[in-house]
Amino acid sequence: MQRVPVRELNAMERIKNFDEVCLGYSVEEAIKEASRCLNCKNANCVKRCPVGIDIPKFIDNIKKGEFKEAADVIFRYNNLPAICGRVCPQEIQCEGGCVLKNKGQAVAIGKLERFIGDYVLENNLDVVERRPTNGKKVAVVGSGPAGLSCASTLANLGYQVTVFEALHEAGGVLVYGIPEFRLPKDKIVKREIENLIKLGVQIKTNVIVGRTVTINQLMDEMGYDAIFIGTGAGLPKFMGIKGENANGVFSANEFLTRVNLMRAFIDEYDTPLKIGKKVAVVGGGNVAMDAARTAVRLGAEVHIIYRRTEEEMPARLEEVHHAKEEGIIFDVLTNPVEILKDDKGWVKGMVLRKMELRDAVETGRRTPVEIEGSDYIEEFDTVIMAIGTVPNPIITYTTSEIKINNRKCIIVEEETGKTTMEGVYAGGDAVTGAATVILAMEAGKKAAYAIDKYCHIGER
Amino acid sequence: MYKILKKKTLAENIIMFEVKAPMVAKSAKPGQFVIVRIDEKGERVPLTICDFDKQLGTVTIVFQVVGASTIKMSKLNEGEFLLDFAGPLGNPSEFVNLNNEELRQKRFLFVAGGVGTAPVYPQVKYLREKGIDCDVVIGARNKELVILKDEIEKLGCRVYICTDDGSLGFKGRVTDFMKKLFDESNRYDDVVAIGPMIMMKFVCLLTKEYSIKTTVSLNSIMVDGTGMCGACRVTVGGQTKFTCTDGPEFDGHLVDFDEAINRQNMFKDEEVRRLHHSRECSCF
Ligand SMILES: Cc1cc2nc3c(=O)[nH]c(=O)nc-3n(C[C@H](O)[C@H](O)[C@H](O)COP(=O)(O)OP(=O)(O)OC[C@H]3O[C@@H](n4cnc5c(N)ncnc54)[C@H](O)[C@@H]3O)c2cc1C
Ligand SMILES: Cc1cc2nc3c(=O)[nH]c(=O)nc-3n(C[C@H](O)[C@H](O)[C@H](O)COP(=O)(O)OP(=O)(O)OC[C@H]3O[C@@H](n4cnc5c(N)ncnc54)[C@H](O)[C@@H]3O)c2cc1C
Ligand code: SF4
Ligand code: SF4
Ligand code: FES
Repeated sequence: MQRVPVRELNAMERIKNFDEVCLGYSVEEAIKEASRCLNCKNANCVKRCPVGIDIPKFIDNIKKGEFKEAADVIFRYNNLPAICGRVCPQEIQCEGGCVLKNKGQAVAIGKLERFIGDYVLENNLDVVERRPTNGKKVAVVGSGPAGLSCASTLANLGYQVTVFEALHEAGGVLVYGIPEFRLPKDKIVKREIENLIKLGVQIKTNVIVGRTVTINQLMDEMGYDAIFIGTGAGLPKFMGIKGENANGVFSANEFLTRVNLMRAFIDEYDTPLKIGKKVAVVGGGNVAMDAARTAVRLGAEVHIIYRRTEEEMPARLEEVHHAKEEGIIFDVLTNPVEILKDDKGWVKGMVLRKMELRDAVETGRRTPVEIEGSDYIEEFDTVIMAIGTVPNPIITYTTSEIKINNRKCIIVEEETGKTTMEGVYAGGDAVTGAATVILAMEAGKKAAYAIDKYCHIGER
Repeated sequence: MYKILKKKTLAENIIMFEVKAPMVAKSAKPGQFVIVRIDEKGERVPLTICDFDKQLGTVTIVFQVVGASTIKMSKLNEGEFLLDFAGPLGNPSEFVNLNNEELRQKRFLFVAGGVGTAPVYPQVKYLREKGIDCDVVIGARNKELVILKDEIEKLGCRVYICTDDGSLGFKGRVTDFMKKLFDESNRYDDVVAIGPMIMMKFVCLLTKEYSIKTTVSLNSIMVDGTGMCGACRVTVGGQTKFTCTDGPEFDGHLVDFDEAINRQNMFKDEEVRRLHHSRECSCF
């Protein structure tokens, strides 16, 4: 039996708006897709899921129409299935391990997980058990997936949790980075955050830990028993090429934040946005795809400039596919060497250099090498840099007890997330560098259990 | 929500708010700024902290009405609220790290242009509270646009006024007056210049001639103010820096002002709702 196709908005229609592209399964479709699962013993899909969800079990529940039970299974491993079902790179994780994966026929595990996540949100199901409150206070810094999952786990364990967020809205990359057409904000992200508030978690926005209040003050003056840091890897990298500070060169973060968080594409909102007719997005990851697909929706001709080939692109397959459907042009094996400005300081084009892949002797991995004399000029009005991010240094600048490595990532004990400072834990992109939603969530959850242990030392 | 406890019009189109924000007040230091959002649809507007009172939990901001957001903000009254008020952001002024002994070795000249007088105030206040001598030059188009003169004089320092039309103090630009000060053999070790980019640029050109270290506070365009977007990037000494996390104060002799001025105008024609054509004054 063939994989049940998921309904999507038509490409030529959807590029005129920001509506969610993938419509998800109906009840019938979900049950039909679930019935394809072979319920493998020792299932490979489970091994490839970073949090080890009991996939055959929850899919079996769906097959039988037991959606609440399916939710119970998933929530044992993952608090945010509506989000992970949408954004996990399934083809290299769970679905990449499915025995049916040949010919692209893997069970649509992600879509089924999303189905259950949405079912829980739509029906306001209360899935997790709660321990009674224990009177202990924990501060969570940052409200991205790592912070959210740490906070909800701790709240369920009976802690009084306060989340401190630097921006005016909670959600981290889920609200400022990943666009509406991939992850609806009001329908999904806001609802998950509301659920957190229902658990009694307090969210304090506009607090920049390290500036408004330091980690030491949280501990010593405000009486938190432990702290979790989930501040992400938000600092955008630039290439360091000539002309990069020209007007019209944006980081993907700036571009996406203006559109997603500040809603600059809607006229009544005050934040300005500037996008030319022809846009180059440099990079090949999820961030690049999101920036490109956002630019298309704002009416531009969009080119992805990537120095390797499509095969090496770190972006999710589904997103590359969506980007192509939406008319985005892929200029691969191409790298910018200079950004050209007009006499008013605005971008007018780029000098691009062709690349080729050669086998690197030591690593065996194919690396891009410049082809000499291949430079050419192409005109662009806007350039968006999506070449990666590093952890934000505000906390580690102001708290010398928390040590970082040479990649600016917070050093932690692998199993627990314990930092070099007593009572302070960390996880997510702040520790790993830019990674994925599911890994950030897992790190937040792990740290929550470690914090629980730490807070009860000597009591049991 | 952050309550506006006091509102005062300092000059035409220059307004002061005293805002209840205890956490910000508690941590604020001279040189830092806040990001304000007026309402759900508002943009994030960076404004320098002009004064703060840790006991009362208040922070004072002074803003010039230049475009959509500041017009909206100017219509708010005492007792009303700002939706968001995040800070303090940016690094405190460098001299905050010096001890009294080190500070006493130095003679400071502050040069304030227009609304830039507001961020100069807390710096002078900080130094005067430690008994450090400072001179202040305030430049404005005319007498009516000079702000905080009495307040700064009250701190006990020499205040010189320059106006374009000579309606108060010296007739001419701050740079002309500074030249006069320097040539009258006044010795300064540190110049701090805050005002429109173009003024800071010309102050730096002058002080470079006299080899006097000069600090400027850049007001680049910002979105988050936490290092996440890179909108605020400037070239300092040939390197890209983020104004919000590496600044806002930089060694003025290393700043690429022409680029910074270009970048500040990035959204100029997009700001369709703005009434005033430009916020540049001609006090340099
Ligand atoms: C455009 C884009 C698309 C992506 N697409 C995918 C995808 O499809 N699938 C996937 O799995 N992953 C994707 N990722 C990666 C994923 O979003 C991140 O790995 C994940 O969000 C990391 O979570 P986090 O909680 O560690 O940090 P973040 O989500 O970055 O959250 C950190 C939060 O901490 C706040 N903060 C920072 N410093 C402070 C401070 N000093 N005080 C208080 N608060 C602070 C920040 O404002 C932010 O809200 C994408 C990332 C981007 C940028
Ligand atoms: C660290 C920092 C501290 C600042 N402190 C103060 C302060 O104490 N008082 C004060 O009045 N202003 C200050 N500014 C400038 C203030 O943020 C802008 O004037 C404000 O954002 C303009 O918003 P608007 O919507 O009213 O005008 P807009 O319609 O956005 O712009 C009107 C005009 O102002 C220019 N402009 C836009 N944003 C900025 C900006 N960030 N800086 C300079 N010009 C800009 C535009 O190019 C346009 O010409 C500061 C800026 C920064 C970055
Ligand atoms: S969490 Fe991600 S990897 Fe795990 S089953 Fe769900 S979609 Fe697959
Ligand atoms: S590997 Fe595929 S078929 Fe087997 S249990 Fe997992 S999802 Fe089902
Ligand atoms: S304002 Fe976004 S990085 Fe400085």
